[in-house]
Amino acid sequence: MRSRLFLWVPLALFAFFAGVAGYMLTQEKDEFVESTMIGQPLPDFALDPAFGGLPGAAKTDLIGSKPRLLNIWASWCTPCIAEAPQLEALQARGVEIVGIAIRDRPEDVANFLGRYGNPYSRIGSDRISEVQLAIGSSGVPETFVIDAKGVIRYQHIGDIRPEHVAVLLAELEKAR
Amino acid sequence: MIRAVVALLLALLAIPVMAQDSMPPAPYAYNQLDDPRLEAEATTLMHTLRCLKCQSQSIADSDAPMAGDMRHQVRSRILAGESPDQIRGWLIARYGDYVSYEPEVSATTWPLFAAPVLLLLIVAGVLLRRLGKRRSDAGDTV
Amino acid sequence: MIPEIGLAALWLAAALAVLQMVSGAFALKAAEGAVNPLAIYARPAAVVQAFLAVLAFLMLLWSFAITDLSIKLVASNSHSMKPLLYKLTGTWGNHEGSMLLWVGVLALSGGLLAGFEKRLPERTMGATLAVQGFVALGFYAFLLLSSNPFERLPVPAAEGTGLNPLLQDIGLAIHPPTLYAGYVGLSVAFSLAMGALLTNQVNPSFARVLRPWVLGAWVLLTFGITAGSYWAYYELGWGGWWFWDPVENASLMPWLAATALMHSVSVLAARDALRTWTIMLGVLAFSMSMLGTFLVRSGVLTSVHAFAVDPERGAFILGLLGLYIGGAFTIFALRAGAVAEGKRFAIASREGALVFNNVMLSAILAIVLLGTLYPLLTEVFDVRVSVGPPYFNPAGAIFAIPMLLVMAVGPLLRWKSDKPARLQFELALIASLVIGVIALVSFFGQFPLLPLLGLGLAAALAVAAFLPLRGRNLARVPVATWGMVLAHFGIAVSLFGMACEGAFSQERLAAVAPGGTEQIGDFAVTLESVTPVAGPNWTAIEARLAVSRDGGEPVILNPQARNFWSPPQSTSESALLTRWDGQLYAVIGNQAEDGRWQIRVWWKPFVTFIWYGGLLIALGGILAIAGRVKVDVKRRAAVTKGAERRADVEALDVASPVPAE
Repeated sequence: MRSRLFLWVPLALFAFFAGVAGYMLTQEKDEFVESTMIGQPLPDFALDPAFGGLPGAAKTDLIGSKPRLLNIWASWCTPCIAEAPQLEALQARGVEIVGIAIRDRPEDVANFLGRYGNPYSRIGSDRISEVQLAIGSSGVPETFVIDAKGVIRYQHIGDIRPEHVAVLLAELEKAR
Repeated sequence: MIRAVVALLLALLAIPVMAQDSMPPAPYAYNQLDDPRLEAEATTLMHTLRCLKCQSQSIADSDAPMAGDMRHQVRSRILAGESPDQIRGWLIARYGDYVSYEPEVSATTWPLFAAPVLLLLIVAGVLLRRLGKRRSDAGDTV
Repeated sequence: MIPEIGLAALWLAAALAVLQMVSGAFALKAAEGAVNPLAIYARPAAVVQAFLAVLAFLMLLWSFAITDLSIKLVASNSHSMKPLLYKLTGTWGNHEGSMLLWVGVLALSGGLLAGFEKRLPERTMGATLAVQGFVALGFYAFLLLSSNPFERLPVPAAEGTGLNPLLQDIGLAIHPPTLYAGYVGLSVAFSLAMGALLTNQVNPSFARVLRPWVLGAWVLLTFGITAGSYWAYYELGWGGWWFWDPVENASLMPWLAATALMHSVSVLAARDALRTWTIMLGVLAFSMSMLGTFLVRSGVLTSVHAFAVDPERGAFILGLLGLYIGGAFTIFALRAGAVAEGKRFAIASREGALVFNNVMLSAILAIVLLGTLYPLLTEVFDVRVSVGPPYFNPAGAIFAIPMLLVMAVGPLLRWKSDKPARLQFELALIASLVIGVIALVSFFGQFPLLPLLGLGLAAALAVAAFLPLRGRNLARVPVATWGMVLAHFGIAVSLFGMACEGAFSQERLAAVAPGGTEQIGDFAVTLESVTPVAGPNWTAIEARLAVSRDGGEPVILNPQARNFWSPPQSTSESALLTRWDGQLYAVIGNQAEDGRWQIRVWWKPFVTFIWYGGLLIALGGILAIAGRVKVDVKRRAAVTKGAERRADVEALDVASPVPAE
């Protein structure tokens, strides 16, 4: 008969699979797609104002003396409501937040800011998710740390919870 | 996480009415390019790009607004003269290999390509063992 | 009361599974020919268990039918306003209910096996029933301990949450039950294979017992996959019929293994060869259906069709997987060496072709398995990749094309050894058809390589499928051979549909104002009007599309965009115009700000052939079963005719073994 060792191959393959699958079950499944633009300079963009109250946003607005936050959000996004107080807290700590409103209307943006507060220095309107795609963001809300040279240094996916405020402040400090 | 819940709802593919924006889709999200050759190029490419907001669907198979915006990017870039490979590369630079259903040979994907070659060798080996050597002793021995 | 009866039935059935397992195992302790007194309980335990498990399922079905909102499962998956059909099908449109359906079918097939299978030696039967009981016990435990479908709510809900609208379709009535029955049929094949391996009874008579289960499971899987593909095609609204999604692959992999198993079982039954290999495939086929269950329900992979994702349940299923499959592979490794080598054969023989087919099917299975699991593997290292059609299509084709070519000639070869020179005419015919069709099609335009090859192969296979009938008296061809011819022809038909869809599909996306007309292929599509309509649990806008081919009489199509309110979701209901040579697929989208409507229309030539082919393949399988049963019944009748004719019967048995494909 053939060598007996050969007969153990299926079991070995199965054991390998069971190991991998078992390990993956213990890992928390995150559906987030991380941007691979971290460490890269921002792509060029210049967006019109999202509503009458604030100027629009361009790449040049994110280059200057200090790191800034780039917040990707939308008035139709429910988690964006949840993160509004944290954005306000960050702004109160002296952080400049540039917003990009995805697929949004001026009246809805104004309405949202009126209701949940306005932590932004400027908001660009990205009606076809152009800038969102260019920086590798896959949803709303997402927050990027941009250093003074306009390089993307950190990406926070999902709404900012109170415990994330310190993380973002630390990342801003690192980017200095 | 609220977003995780939203993602779960999205898992059911039909987008929850609540979290959808009311904006009109991007110009090329639901409109074809006039040149049939370019449109064919775009369609082929779109069928191999992953919709990032969906569960395992290509952007050519999804009603998610973001898929529409990605289709717009693909069509308008094709129209601007970019090649499908350039566009795929542009997206991979932003989202990693995850965005493309067409794995490229790289440090992380080589086993996918080694496997068929290895399989061919195994198959040839098994067939030779099983069938080849019997040629010599094709007698009816149990 | 109803759910408590169901739950009690389930607990009782689990207890009987223990009895079946223990009693079956005692059969192994009996001396050759003798019957262990403790082994007699296995069969009745399996039969009664079948009744109890089916009863439990009927109790749940009833609870869904009357929308008993005091049951958690009903409240979270049903709605009183839902049409009755979807209330019933909703029973298995969720994790717990579908597991109960699975267990019900498992117990039912165990009961059928125990009740009707009398050909196997008692020891082998005992071992088989013990394994079957062991498998069933795991699933009972899974249901009772982690997914109790009958759990009551402390306070009955006022109204149910409703069912995912995508599942509110006749497809849910057909696709999951057939697929589950197929999976479960493979569990019987698994138990039989383990029983034969444990008692060293891997021989042609075992193969003849195994064959109807494999064929039956294979028919159900074929039908289930075909139905699922068509369902996804019209329900998801983008005209895709197969996307190599993990869940789709999860149903394809058992089918591939079962296809290989079905062929190797035939070799074992007819020629007493491929013994170890058949056992291996028996284990593999069931492993693949267990793996499918794990992938679909654990949420380790991302899929469009996934439901009831829960890592804890995933851990439970993985545990069962480890127990059954790990155990089976261990026993295989320990015992397979003891299985004597089967009969030998030459490379150019029916067996040779079937071995080639088996090896290629296994290679395709390996590719699909690797491609499906690869993203899981890289995620361990925190790298995310996607593997899709651009990988599966060419990598699968490397092995599928040689396999299909051998499939064309294999049935023409004689058992044991043959001379290829005998088949010169057939080989030339097949080769010229492949080359001729490819040349002809390329002459008319530029098409992608794979669909082109598919067209050439389809033409050759369609003709080759009928070659085994050449020169034979058709009235005397065994029913099983007709089954093979039909199934192989079905492959050709399906391949033709896939190739045409890939090469000739046309797409038209446009924003159309009411009254506007769009042209696609030979069809002029006019948007006559868009009106709101309402259903029992949804509202929708419905388009009225007048479709006219070459200026002929227009046909009205009514695609809808539906909004369900519980749960709040929107779906596209496509409208299909089926012609003999293809299908027109129309979808209505959103209204643009200028008042025009987005419509999507595809003309897919011969796309329906994909599923016609699938049905033909399944029908071929049914004929094969019918043929086998007929031969079997004849044989049994002959045996009962008494001792004086036994010698004749034996002579008959030796002289005319069942012609296998």
